[in-house]
Amino acid sequence: MTTLNPDLTGFLVPVAETTSRLDLAVEGIRCAGCMATIEREVGRLDGVVSARVNLTDKRLRLTVNDTTAPARVLQRLEDLGFRAYPFSPRAHTDQSAIEQRRLTRALVVAGVAAMNIMLLSVSVWSGHASELDPLARDFFHWISALIALPTAAYSGRPFFDSAIRALKARRVNMDVPISLGICLALGLSVFETWSSHEHAYFDGVVMLLFLLLIGRVLEQAMHRRTRAVAANLAALRAEHASVAQADGSWVECPVDTVAVGARLLVRPGERIPLDGAVLTGRSDIDQSLVTGETAPRAVSPGDTVYAGTLAMSGTLTVRVDRAHDRTLLADVERLLAQASETKGAYVTLADRAARLYPPIVHTVALATFLGWMLAGLAWTEALAIAITVLIITCPCALGLAVPTVQIVAAGALFKRGVLVNAGDALERLAMIDHVVFDKTGTLTEPTPAIANLAAVPPHIQAIAGRLALASRHPLAAAIARATGATLPLDDATETPGAGVTAVLDGVEVWLGSPAFVGADAQACVLAHQYPSASMVAVRVGTETAVFALRQPVRTDARATVAALRAAGWPVEIVSGDRATAVAEVAAAVQVQDWTAGARPADKVARLHALTQAKRHPLMIGDGLNDAPALAAAHASIAPVSAAHVTQAQADFLLLGNRLSLSLDSIQIARRARTLMMQNLWFSALYNLVAVPIAVLGHATPLVAALAMSGSSLIVMLNALRAQTPQEIR
Amino acid sequence: MDILIVLIPLALILAGVWLATFLWSLHSQQYEDLEGAAHRALSDEDR
Repeated sequence: MTTLNPDLTGFLVPVAETTSRLDLAVEGIRCAGCMATIEREVGRLDGVVSARVNLTDKRLRLTVNDTTAPARVLQRLEDLGFRAYPFSPRAHTDQSAIEQRRLTRALVVAGVAAMNIMLLSVSVWSGHASELDPLARDFFHWISALIALPTAAYSGRPFFDSAIRALKARRVNMDVPISLGICLALGLSVFETWSSHEHAYFDGVVMLLFLLLIGRVLEQAMHRRTRAVAANLAALRAEHASVAQADGSWVECPVDTVAVGARLLVRPGERIPLDGAVLTGRSDIDQSLVTGETAPRAVSPGDTVYAGTLAMSGTLTVRVDRAHDRTLLADVERLLAQASETKGAYVTLADRAARLYPPIVHTVALATFLGWMLAGLAWTEALAIAITVLIITCPCALGLAVPTVQIVAAGALFKRGVLVNAGDALERLAMIDHVVFDKTGTLTEPTPAIANLAAVPPHIQAIAGRLALASRHPLAAAIARATGATLPLDDATETPGAGVTAVLDGVEVWLGSPAFVGADAQACVLAHQYPSASMVAVRVGTETAVFALRQPVRTDARATVAALRAAGWPVEIVSGDRATAVAEVAAAVQVQDWTAGARPADKVARLHALTQAKRHPLMIGDGLNDAPALAAAHASIAPVSAAHVTQAQADFLLLGNRLSLSLDSIQIARRARTLMMQNLWFSALYNLVAVPIAVLGHATPLVAALAMSGSSLIVMLNALRAQTPQEIR
Repeated sequence: MDILIVLIPLALILAGVWLATFLWSLHSQQYEDLEGAAHRALSDEDR
């Protein structure tokens, strides 16, 4: 086998003249012990200036002054039992870390300012009772203004920016009325202070900014944690390609850096990293992740191969060729664009509230102004009362109602091993009433296993397992795993595309395709029993046996389907595989409604049909061919073994190997939606009580501060209940 | 009431000092790995 040198120079980010930085995602860091060991051992290596582990993100940041050092670090980590993968520099520009720091600064500034203004306000409020000197009161108000105005200008930026963005796009979001409320309250307070009046709202404004920012900071922290895990996953999936160099050697490079026209080496058991045409070699390739089809396809020079497919039997060289016939991928991309265009229909709960809110409140404020004018009040006083109506209805509780629930629910799912990709995914998942499953890799495990293990005598099993260790064929790997073999046979010889032979205690032993081993008849019989299985035969002297390998149904698939059906939702399977294979799995999980041989467009058409029938379909799938269907569905879930494009489309990503996590997600999503509705209704109720007080002119700054902060806190506390799942029905 | 002339600026200065300290600690990335920091406090090695 050709030895490959990993080329990591593409991952280094220069920080100074001689030193550069490299971030590694490290698999297996769990505790403080791991952290200390890695930092000590790696820090000792030549060329390493510093090594620092981030235990939260499971990453190692290296500073090196020698470009060959990273290779030594990876080797050392592997010796220590950790697998590490470099990040591509593209993933490095981490905007969310910068955003989080900006929000934290805004939060802290608002917090300190709120404490100091409250200190002054408490004196003023108690001063009302004990006849505070008006001069001292104005002095306190001016100091409050000096603190509040710069604080609002700095800490209010996230809200003002978002409001301006929304208005420019001719939309209204919750930040528009929030910004308006903040500006009006500050304007009125400065005016009142200037004219030496009693009331100023500086305390309430800054306190509200502080509470709102808590929500924003937590939201950002959640997003960042999700993104860190997703980025680690991307790095762990080792997007490397063995690229031919001018001198005939092969160097392992990050896929991003491979140019069109490059020659790649793909060995058995490896995924083809990029689309291209086969130059030399023959192999069976497993396309299940791309098309859902489980039967392997034989490729020979001249054939087109897709990224993500698995070379099973032979070594291939592939010329990277993007302009070539990419029927399937082109199809998928076109359908994706269409699906995301037609999807825009869903309006989030928060946006719906934001659309309803301003017209009502602004009408009430206007009516208040006109009413007091008619009642004979001076226009300045009538205006002041109208503005207090706008201040006290500042929709801070409304602004917190939905995001706080999202944060808590997403955190609860994260702990269970589910990543939430989209902000509104939870509300959408809570609405689903129809479930569409993909078969390959979703209802079934992504890797094959032996279906008839018990039918093969144990001594033959043991020898087959030891022979299998000598081969890189994915089916051989499955046999080695299933038989628990650990000791490879010496001098086993592999015939590419056929099988392995060896001599054990003077007896010839064979493992490979039934034709190679000479067990065609037996395989034929077995094929009737397991129509979708691949056959691997083994011969020990004169005894032969045949293994039927197929992707087994996930252990919890049947229970999950049963639970979904118990909730009253129809469940169906739409697969790209052959009818015989789909029928077998459908029977195993007890689904009567299934479609086989569906192309990506057929899957999308099915989901559109459901949507048009006023259903809210949930799509669960993993293949590249499922990506458009995931985008077209009302909500979507993908297992972690899914293709890249598919993962990017999915609303939820199941990190574990359990399909039942999708049930947990639905339960938590339903609870989250209930709480969001409760919070929205509570905010409406609060306004129903607060507005009459303000309209009648009784809203003093003390009342305003208590009412506004109190309602925000209640909404936040209620959101904490999103951690417990809500039983379906 | 005269004491306020001293106490209010003093309160503001203290708040300012606290704020500056916090912003410095944020800037020097002390909040990037909260989980790791909790364990490092218990580690014997000097880092």
